[in-house]
Amino acid sequence: MLQIKGLEVKLEEEDKQILKGVDLEVPAGAVHAIMGPNGSGKSTLSYVLSGRDGYEVTGGSATLEGVDLLDMEPEERAAAGLFLAFQYPVEIPGVGNMTFLRTALNAQRKARGQEEISAADFLKLIREKAKDLQIDAEMLKRPVNVGFSGGEKKRNEILQMAVLEPKMCVLDETDSGLDVDAMKLVSDGVNALRDAGRGFLVITHYQRLLNHIQPDVVHIMSDGRIVKSGGPELALEVEENGYADILNEVA
Amino acid sequence: MARADLIARRQEAAATRAETMTLPEGAAWATEAREAARARLLKMGLPTRRDEYWKWTNPESLIAAEAPTAAVFDADEAPIFDEIDRLRIVFTDGVFDAEASDPLEMAGIEIARLSDAARADIHWARDLYGTLEARGHASVERPFAAFNTAYATDGVVIRVTGTAARPVNLVYRHASDGSDVILHHLVKVEEGAELTLLETGPAAARFSGGLEVEVADGATFRHVRTQGRDHERREVTGVFARLGTESTFQSFTLTANGKLTRNEVVIELTGDDAVAHVAGAALGDGKDFHHDDTVFITHDAVNCESRQVFKKVLRNGATGIFQGKILVKQGAQKTDGYQISQSLLLDDDAQFLAKPELEIYADDVACSHGSTSGAIDEDALFYLRSRGVPHREATNLLTLAFVAEALEEIDDEALAEALRDRLAGWLERHSS
Ligand SMILES: Nc1ncnc2c1ncn2[C@@H]1O[C@H](COP(=O)(O)OP(=O)(O)OP(=O)(O)O)[C@@H](O)[C@H]1O
Ligand SMILES: [Mg+2]
Repeated sequence: MLQIKGLEVKLEEEDKQILKGVDLEVPAGAVHAIMGPNGSGKSTLSYVLSGRDGYEVTGGSATLEGVDLLDMEPEERAAAGLFLAFQYPVEIPGVGNMTFLRTALNAQRKARGQEEISAADFLKLIREKAKDLQIDAEMLKRPVNVGFSGGEKKRNEILQMAVLEPKMCVLDETDSGLDVDAMKLVSDGVNALRDAGRGFLVITHYQRLLNHIQPDVVHIMSDGRIVKSGGPELALEVEENGYADILNEVA
Repeated sequence: MARADLIARRQEAAATRAETMTLPEGAAWATEAREAARARLLKMGLPTRRDEYWKWTNPESLIAAEAPTAAVFDADEAPIFDEIDRLRIVFTDGVFDAEASDPLEMAGIEIARLSDAARADIHWARDLYGTLEARGHASVERPFAAFNTAYATDGVVIRVTGTAARPVNLVYRHASDGSDVILHHLVKVEEGAELTLLETGPAAARFSGGLEVEVADGATFRHVRTQGRDHERREVTGVFARLGTESTFQSFTLTANGKLTRNEVVIELTGDDAVAHVAGAALGDGKDFHHDDTVFITHDAVNCESRQVFKKVLRNGATGIFQGKILVKQGAQKTDGYQISQSLLLDDDAQFLAKPELEIYADDVACSHGSTSGAIDEDALFYLRSRGVPHREATNLLTLAFVAEALEEIDDEALAEALRDRLAGWLERHSS
């Protein structure tokens, strides 16, 4: 599904190398997790995959189902099936949550040559998905993320994911700021989307999330590289001992 | 240049211009009012760029004896408010078009053409004509308004005694590319009465518009106008309103295109507990677009509220001006005054100039003002694009969101929706 080879990225404005050769492959149907110390480049990887400005790819490649991602505009990547749940979801005053979601869904459908969804069908769809995530009608009416609590913003990211039904989901610290119940809701939302045709890359600092969303593979990122990969037990090791041992071992 | 010389030059310009004009004929009272306005004009003189409130807008093309021509396109006339049940009064190149208009009849309201009213003796019109305009010069001189009062050839006079069941829509049509039009309207909303006045369409190659509105105690006046989509017109308008106790005044203007548009709104809150909201959105694309909102609100009563909310979307070298003032007179305690002017600059060439002013002589008031100028929020843009919304559509969505705050000033959702559609259409045609 997602294939990243030797990806090297520097900041556009500064001479600062952030990703120093990332290799990673997430097959369809699999859930991979990335853990790693603050500032190791996890969010940068997610931004570069989704096409944010400000980064320069100096080497390597990233493809989604064999198609070069790095060559596409952000909206084309979305239409191709890539979705990023932001670490810090953006507030957009003046744009209603519903309008936003319908515009996004229809834009993707149009880009894929599908028919636009009718207003009535959309309403039905969103009501159903919102109910699962316990997002009430009032929140749907509000401007995108404006006045949402940290946890509400994260739930809203998952709602968008559920409505857009992407092929490859990248979740950047979707668990941070969630209380225990919200964590359960969000995990259920993610698990409901797990299927053989879909891949997940879950960035997190906490093993706790991985109890709910069980990963097939856990990667450790440090200083712009994947330094170690293993099974779910790797997350437990991080939880217990921190990164020091792992980093020493690979150094 | 010495001040005396400047004034002499301005007066000379006014005298020269006045010589090319004739006062329309009418009853003695009308002639008297027009002569008085002409005298005001001659005394003030016509503005130059040395004037404090004209330094950002060049008045020359508004002063010139010959109106610069403005090409007429079919698209300028795009209908708006068609789904809204309203009484239409049509002016083609400034001439009342009875055939195209609806009968001037509605329960609770009297409507007449200005040219007819000025020949008769309608006492309320006599008392109002030029009165609010004349008061409007108290702090800042507004020579074009005096010019308008003196030379307006037509318009409507409306007196409202009940609740007007549907809006009155002044529909302007621009037919000749050299039309030079001066219209003046009077509205008197009597105690407890209500009226919504709509003004739509491109009026002329050069248009001078005057509107005097007396809002009596407990009365409500709502005003929504869309200045045509014609690209080459020049337009200077003056809205003068006086508000009685517990009255409400709301005015919203949507402007798209136009070489030069100067909209002045001058409001006096003279009765306690009155509310005045003035708002506008202007959309400009290209170096040839210049739009100027100049607003002056005077609080002269207790516990009144005023709001000014102005948004401008500018691209490709377009220029937007906002000059807004809140004057709180001595004794106007508990005044709540708010003013915001913002521009969204869609590229580096566009410019927005703002002069927000507060002048307060009462101690127990809450007044605030702000002005900002900015580009599209890159984070929001990326967020939208990351969800699949194409760059152009995302930019338009954020632009509409920017203007939304001004549109919220319109109470009537159907009217607001029609304006939103027009905005969206404009963005659709003017985005890259
Ligand atoms: N636009 C930017 N300007 C300057 N520095 C940046 C920028 N983007 C990323 N960096 C730097 O790149 C490094 C990696 O940042 P990134 O946000 O990818 O880390 P992370 O692994 O997601 O960290 P965290 O766990 O704290 O979220 C950090 O040192 C960060 O300061
Ligand atoms: Mg991060």
